[in-house]
Amino acid sequence: DQVLRIVANSEEQINLLRALEKQMEKKVDFWHHPSRPGHPADLQVSSSSLQDVKIFLEFHNISYSIMIKDVQELLDEEKENMTKSRRMERSTSTFDFASYHTLEEIYHWMDTLVRDHPNLVSKIQIGQSYEKRPLYVLKFSTGGTNRSAIWMDTGIHAREWITQATGVWTANKLAEEYGHDPSVTSILDSMDIFLEIIANPDGFAFTHRCNRLWRKTRSLNVESDCVGVDPNRNWNVGFGGSGSSSEPCSETYRGPYPHSESEVKAIVDFICGHGHVKSVISIHSYSQMLLFPYGYKRSPAAHHQELNELAKKAVSDMAAVYGTKYIYGSIADTIYVADGTTIDWAYDHGVKFSFTLELRDKGRYGFLLPSSQIIPTATETWPALVDIMVHVLENPY
Amino acid sequence: SAAMELEASGAVGGRVAALATGYLGYRRGGPGRGLELRSLRRARRQDVCDVGHKYYLELELQDIQDKDSTISCTAEVLYHLGTKSLAPDVQVTLQGELREAEEEEKEFYNRIRSLDKELVAENIPDSHGHVPPEMEPIFLLARAASGYVIWQNSTENTKFQLAQIKEVKQVKRSDEYLEFDYMILLHEMVSQEIIPWQMRVLWHPQHGVQVTQDKRQPKHPSG
Repeated sequence: DQVLRIVANSEEQINLLRALEKQMEKKVDFWHHPSRPGHPADLQVSSSSLQDVKIFLEFHNISYSIMIKDVQELLDEEKENMTKSRRMERSTSTFDFASYHTLEEIYHWMDTLVRDHPNLVSKIQIGQSYEKRPLYVLKFSTGGTNRSAIWMDTGIHAREWITQATGVWTANKLAEEYGHDPSVTSILDSMDIFLEIIANPDGFAFTHRCNRLWRKTRSLNVESDCVGVDPNRNWNVGFGGSGSSSEPCSETYRGPYPHSESEVKAIVDFICGHGHVKSVISIHSYSQMLLFPYGYKRSPAAHHQELNELAKKAVSDMAAVYGTKYIYGSIADTIYVADGTTIDWAYDHGVKFSFTLELRDKGRYGFLLPSSQIIPTATETWPALVDIMVHVLENPY
Repeated sequence: SAAMELEASGAVGGRVAALATGYLGYRRGGPGRGLELRSLRRARRQDVCDVGHKYYLELELQDIQDKDSTISCTAEVLYHLGTKSLAPDVQVTLQGELREAEEEEKEFYNRIRSLDKELVAENIPDSHGHVPPEMEPIFLLARAASGYVIWQNSTENTKFQLAQIKEVKQVKRSDEYLEFDYMILLHEMVSQEIIPWQMRVLWHPQHGVQVTQDKRQPKHPSG
């Protein structure tokens, strides 16, 4: 079967089409009835009558084009898509936390989390990615006004798949533990938590579609074939130093100017607009490290001692779960000099408890961490997150 | 004369340790054995005038296939001043025995020798981190061989890891050696670059791993 788009140019031609319909009742079907001259009418024609109908139209000089070349093909495709989304629907109520998921699957799951915990979780949109994907943040809140808040993000670097997966597990854990775990309950009774699970959706989609090891955003660069900016070098702190690159083809390209990336700007605007964010925890992989400012300079942060002590405790509590060893310290001391980073920006904008986590592993699988390690990784990371949040709760500023 | 020794920062120490581990993996690793860094206990640096920077490391390694193994070792690494083409000098001393891998290696050797067609594989691990069990020795062999490439191309400002085997093709041989042509992806931590690298690897149970030829490949611009 084909679907023809027919444009009658006169009342006379409209009448002819109506007569055609009457005459070939069982063989043709108007999806869009002919109404006025100049307006398209869509006609499904069975394959056996195609030639006759086309001859008729051509004889009467009625212009048409082929809108759908093969209706059966289209039906089969639609059916497949519906089966897929039905599979998704089934799987979100029994969501597999031990697998890596696509962007669509995670966005879909976020809606079910909100649906299942309407008094605790809501979804807000803080902006759009370069390719116009929505930037969604889950808000965990038990009410109140002007509450202090904790910000967490995962997936700012697309290829670090363990982080988005950990974000999903952690969101679920937070929803489950409120009202049960005393620490989580105390935290959420006074503070809000904001969790952006997919901070770089364009990059994430690209890792599924084309290049599993893509890191940056997918913004097009002027005068370069190379795509993307490193969203963890694009923040307005120490911008343009030796800890980032001015080359668009580089994995640590800082971008044409600070906050050029909509993915970064959205978080900046959110945190500045909120006004009461007391902690930023930005989650990356890999290396097994818990890091705090600064990355852009070697000199210690004003709160180095307190951050160091908190990191030491968090790392010890992580090791207690499965024996996984993390090292800790400032970014510059522990990993490398990096400027324009998320947590340096947050810290220099008054967010004292700013940490970056580099999750499993130390290089054996690196970015390609086996999915069998998702739940163990998220499970051991959880006490570190709780330690930080409890410390924020107990040390208001 | 040698200047006094200073404690190296965690960041630099980590890079030197990764180099030493890669080097040892090349010398002592193979399809039956992979070594990785468990912890860096100490890293000291000494500036040797007109020569370069020398590092003294105390390391703990572990056998990939034995999570609880701990192999203490010391390493001396000299990064040569100026000359970019000179690979660092590396010496590693083990304080203990490595696990026997003879059985696994013999089994792998016989299995490959008895294949009807030359082995071909790609994307190890795959996107989900999965390595088919029969490909594990191919993965370990790539790790060992990449240790050579890492050793030859490291500086104090680089930290390389094997990220993935893009493709591996067995090369037919008339002698007793096994030969594989690998296209690997290296991840360099400081620049965060993913660097494609081609290497020809020779292996025999009695003669260890040898990289006979290797070449850095160009990167694709838009991903």
